Amino acid sequence: MILRNIDRTGWIFLVCVVALGVLVPVLNLAVPAGSFFHIPDYLVPLIGKYLCFALLAISIDLIWGYAGILSLGHGAFFALGGYAMGMYLMRQIGPRGVYADPVLPDFMVFLNWKELPWFWQGFDMFWYAAIWVLLAPGLLAFVFGWFAFRSRVTGVYLSIITQAMTFALMLAFFRNDMGFGGNNGFTDFKDILGFNIQAGETRAVLFFLSAMSLAGGYLLCRWIVTSKLGKVLVAVRDAESRTRFIGYRVENYKLFVFTLSAMIAGIAGALYVPQVGIINPSEFTPANSIESVIWVAVGGRGTLVGAAIGALTVNAGKTWFTGVLPDMWLFALGGLFVLVTLFLPKGILGTINSGWEKTRRKFRSDGSVPSGVPDAAE
Amino acid sequence: MLNIFGSIAKGATAFAAASLVAGGLSAASAQDTIKVGVLHSLSGTMAISETTLKDTVLFLIDEQNKKGGVLGKKLEAVVVDPASNWPLFAEKARELIAQEKVAVVFGCWTSVSRKSVLPVFKELNSILFYPVQYEGEESERNVFYTGAAPNQQAIPAVDYLMSEDGGSVKRWVLAGTDYVYPQTTNKILQAYLKSKGVADEDIMINYTPFGHSDWQTIVSDIKKFGSAGKKTAVVSTINGDANVPFYKELSNQGVKATDIPVVAFSVGEEELAGIDTKDLVGHLAAWNYFQSVDDPANAEFIKSWQAFTKNDKRVTNDPMEATVIGFNMWVKAVEKAGTVDVDKVIDTLPGTEVANLTGGTSKMLPNHHLTKPVLIGEIKADGQFDVVWETEDLVPGDAWTDFLPGSKELEADWVDLKCGNYNTETKKCGAAS
Amino acid sequence: MPGFWTPMTLAPFRRLALTLLIALACLSSPPGARADAVDDALALFTTDKFNDTATGIQALATSGHDNALTILRAMTDGRLFYDPAGKTVFYRDAQSALFDAKTGAAAAAEPAGLKAVRLNNRLRTALEAARGGLALMDPDPDRRRTAAEAVFRSRDANALPTLTTAIGEEKDTRVRTEMERARAAILLTSSGVAEEERLAAVDTISGRATAESAALLRSLPADTPQGVQEAAEAAVTIIEGKLAFLAAFQNVLYGVSLGSVLLLAAVGLAITFGQMGVINMAHGEMVMIGAYTTFMVQDIIRNAAPYLFDYSLFIAVPAAFIVAGAVGIAIERSVIRFLYGRPLETLLATWGISLILQQAVRSIFGPTNREVGTPSWMSGSLDFMGLSLTYNRIAIIVFALMVFVALLLVLKKTALGLQVRAVTQNRRMAAAMGIRTDWIDAMTFGLGSGVAGMAGVALSQIDNVSPNLGQGYIIDSFMVVVFGGVGNLWGTLVGALTLGVANKFLEPYAGAVLGKILLLVAIILFIQKRPRGLFALKGRAVEA
Repeated sequence: MILRNIDRTGWIFLVCVVALGVLVPVLNLAVPAGSFFHIPDYLVPLIGKYLCFALLAISIDLIWGYAGILSLGHGAFFALGGYAMGMYLMRQIGPRGVYADPVLPDFMVFLNWKELPWFWQGFDMFWYAAIWVLLAPGLLAFVFGWFAFRSRVTGVYLSIITQAMTFALMLAFFRNDMGFGGNNGFTDFKDILGFNIQAGETRAVLFFLSAMSLAGGYLLCRWIVTSKLGKVLVAVRDAESRTRFIGYRVENYKLFVFTLSAMIAGIAGALYVPQVGIINPSEFTPANSIESVIWVAVGGRGTLVGAAIGALTVNAGKTWFTGVLPDMWLFALGGLFVLVTLFLPKGILGTINSGWEKTRRKFRSDGSVPSGVPDAAE
Repeated sequence: MLNIFGSIAKGATAFAAASLVAGGLSAASAQDTIKVGVLHSLSGTMAISETTLKDTVLFLIDEQNKKGGVLGKKLEAVVVDPASNWPLFAEKARELIAQEKVAVVFGCWTSVSRKSVLPVFKELNSILFYPVQYEGEESERNVFYTGAAPNQQAIPAVDYLMSEDGGSVKRWVLAGTDYVYPQTTNKILQAYLKSKGVADEDIMINYTPFGHSDWQTIVSDIKKFGSAGKKTAVVSTINGDANVPFYKELSNQGVKATDIPVVAFSVGEEELAGIDTKDLVGHLAAWNYFQSVDDPANAEFIKSWQAFTKNDKRVTNDPMEATVIGFNMWVKAVEKAGTVDVDKVIDTLPGTEVANLTGGTSKMLPNHHLTKPVLIGEIKADGQFDVVWETEDLVPGDAWTDFLPGSKELEADWVDLKCGNYNTETKKCGAAS
Repeated sequence: MPGFWTPMTLAPFRRLALTLLIALACLSSPPGARADAVDDALALFTTDKFNDTATGIQALATSGHDNALTILRAMTDGRLFYDPAGKTVFYRDAQSALFDAKTGAAAAAEPAGLKAVRLNNRLRTALEAARGGLALMDPDPDRRRTAAEAVFRSRDANALPTLTTAIGEEKDTRVRTEMERARAAILLTSSGVAEEERLAAVDTISGRATAESAALLRSLPADTPQGVQEAAEAAVTIIEGKLAFLAAFQNVLYGVSLGSVLLLAAVGLAITFGQMGVINMAHGEMVMIGAYTTFMVQDIIRNAAPYLFDYSLFIAVPAAFIVAGAVGIAIERSVIRFLYGRPLETLLATWGISLILQQAVRSIFGPTNREVGTPSWMSGSLDFMGLSLTYNRIAIIVFALMVFVALLLVLKKTALGLQVRAVTQNRRMAAAMGIRTDWIDAMTFGLGSGVAGMAGVALSQIDNVSPNLGQGYIIDSFMVVVFGGVGNLWGTLVGALTLGVANKFLEPYAGAVLGKILLLVAIILFIQKRPRGLFALKGRAVEA
């Protein structure tokens, strides 16, 4: 039933993501290193990271593109998911930390803490951590949204207070007293579910899971936006007061989709951490959240697939530029943002789509137009 | 449409293939050079400090190549920009080691960036030279720490202030930015001060966020704390950006060095270049190097550095000297080992001695830290430091401090014990049983 | 103060003679040994050892040599030199002419390899004390006052006889008060003083409710009689009560000062964001451009006209306004004008612009901090009844209010302001009335950017001038504007001051980090209560 609502772009996207999810690990592990088709080790976690960002971008597009909620604090939900996973990974280190304490993570030992704080209890179990990956961002989004949507905080006001939220969380997580490792955050993970986190096979599985989550996240969001709920959301986006006057409880719709989006962002964060190997408060910086909104805009707002494409393009570009033009890459990145806004207002995918539509319409309206004759209406 | 879309969706794969080809090509054409990775932020918040170190490595490589390179091959710098973004540090480290196949990496400034790249260096087995003073509590096989450990900076500075020359300080303000380095240093200092008989009420600890810019309340608190009749000093582990407003507020509120001296561990010549130091004369800094050190090697270094940067006002500072020492040690070890092979160089490095820029000879210890002199400098009106005190001998860097429980039992020795965290009580290396 | 003293008056000479007499009285050795004492003292300056220099300062101060004060002053300013070969000591005057320290005669030729006599904090303290004793008889009342304050701090019992004589001679009441405080401080901290004298000293000290007074009264020596100690304790209690009250007041002052910084940073945004609806992420960079303009102006002044340095900020303010305003107009014309009606896309584009501007500044000026000097009139602090507020903070408060008022006047009283308001309220109607709306857009954005540039001039006085300067203020600025209510300048004023004062009241209890977090949470909650800020716009525009 879910699959019925997928358009052609969606299918292409799904096929690509699944192919990527299968091919990259296979080409990395099965093809010998000398071969042209071999994918080097370092690319696996790198592309895996892009996939996590793409999932985050889709979650933002769900609320921004379809419900008109511009969150400038979605990085916070991403980071919370990451922290929940990070706490599990820290507990897995066990006595292999530098101080060899069987229970306490290293940073607690040198802060001279004697026992594990209550909120760390249970994180040695994967299922418990996995629940919190969803629950932490979900709860925060629910509480935040419950207040904000009920009070009808909208537009830029909402954007700015989401920014305040992530900024406050960043300051809080920077504090060593919080018990989340302060500025250093969590790092030097050893293994996940008993598998060495640095092993190629583990990486391959994580990569595959990231690709599958991206595909799954897309399917879920696509299903929502094509359902009746999705129609209401679009109505909220386009005319909130009018939708309310018709009789819809606008705040409930917004709250649902906001919470769901936060949970998807949390999953993205949880997959991101073991592949990148570090989670620290800098993930909460407002700049990160703004950047992820920009991925969506670059790819094409309100298209879901576009959001993912934007995340992949911008991040691949960033990787490339920081290596090739270390002194100038900000010009390139900044220039890209300006140019996309000016010349591709619908983003990459939106522009391609409308170009496609135009061509198709042209052919449909006048199938016999000889090539080379300009269309007067253009 | 399908073609266009397909090519975009596969952008990442295409990029991967492209960089693979590029990597393969450059590896093939670069047989006669040795690649040296430079992993310092050139943008973002840390660019202010780290850019200089990138220039330093480029300068050293240039100088070395003029002397004929290493092992008959020219050195080639590979510069990347991790953009003050900690996950990006790990990604770039991976790129340098796995893709660019560099023989060694010079990089990182903040502790978190070092922690972020550590697993990468361990996994891919490469060498990192880390040139900044830090909180200690670490010794890794793949990392060489050429900056100061706490016992090479913080403790001598406090000793100096307690001495008659330093003003016989009895009351202490430990002010820092809220992150690991100040937290750890202050913990060590607190334990040390208590062991010297300083009472709890004579220690005030204050933490501020990164980039804190409104220091009115804190400076006035310090003034109040300092007016209790006992000689008071401030030990500042305030991080880079926040220092300028802090010192500006100090001088404006009239806190003079003769009343309440401030000794800083993160303020050097570069940081002072952004401040008018007229009113800061007499405030202190503890480092292992100052540009003003009167030594022929230092004079020569400053001269060629300023010629290289084509700027006769360009200053030098302690992390630069640490980079110089690290670089020279690596060159020496590579020449001794006759190869850039990582394992052989790691084994050769401990025991390597090179001249530092303050007239002594620094030695790489088995715990991958250095022996260094400790200098206390007073800020002068021209933004330089006047060395008012220095240790008689070089101080060996201690990876694990003796002043914290849990850390004092640990010992690092990569020569005999082959272990970075050997527990002297359980006689075990970490958790390996 | 050269105008104060004319050579006609005899008083200075009497003072000088008196100084000599007292200095002579201090000497235990016969006058014949004077030259040797000075020689010995000066010889100690040539060893380059802090301990020797300290002994030398002491010896010189008590030698009674005519040149002692000159030498000590030269030493304080780093103008004292020695010749390591000939073991002779010289000083330079302000024009850097060289004089022999002992004779005070101009040096015939400059010896090679002159080295400065080095100082450390201990020596500076010793110098201050020594000069304090000697300068109590200075003809200049300001110097006498500084000297008295130095003695108050050093509590150097050696200065007591001089001080007592000086109090008798003193005509200026302000100087005499300082001297009496200094004398009281010495009496309280030395032993063997009569009880009634001590009690009087406690009275003198407690006359001024400062932290120093309390500190002095708290640290009395062990042999202090019971009665004196009780009096001191009572005085401390009173002083502390006053101080606690002052501390609250001080918090308000600091809060207003922080608020004025926030106001400056935010008021430009109140125009570009509040009036025009552009989510201007490059706002911080406009502030940065203003700060760098200040740097450039000072750089030019330093090289071309150093005497103008104290006025550099007055030149920098219009310069920063013009530069930042021009950059703003350029941005508006090239990018933003294509994006009206799409506010969220302005966020994207201006974010890109902010990256470009940061990197551009980094490429041009380098990544390190640039030094922006503080004019002399902005250095130091105003001490008033135990409150202290630095002059640069006062200047910023005044400047922020001036900018605010000026902006208000521009918007309310000028033709441009009228047109700006017309365009923001109803663009099409305004256009129909013949207003060139695109020109007004450019001007408005330029105005907002220019104001941000002026804020940069002020911020260059208290913060880093680095490419990251703007980043530190952008979030706070948005908070202020949103908290105060978008589109309302008064809201921005009230918002900035409220946040500033609240922050400063939270800081002592919660610490700087937690205080800021609490404040952010408070703002989030406040927005729930009043979704459109403190001063919400009413009417149809609200739903747009």
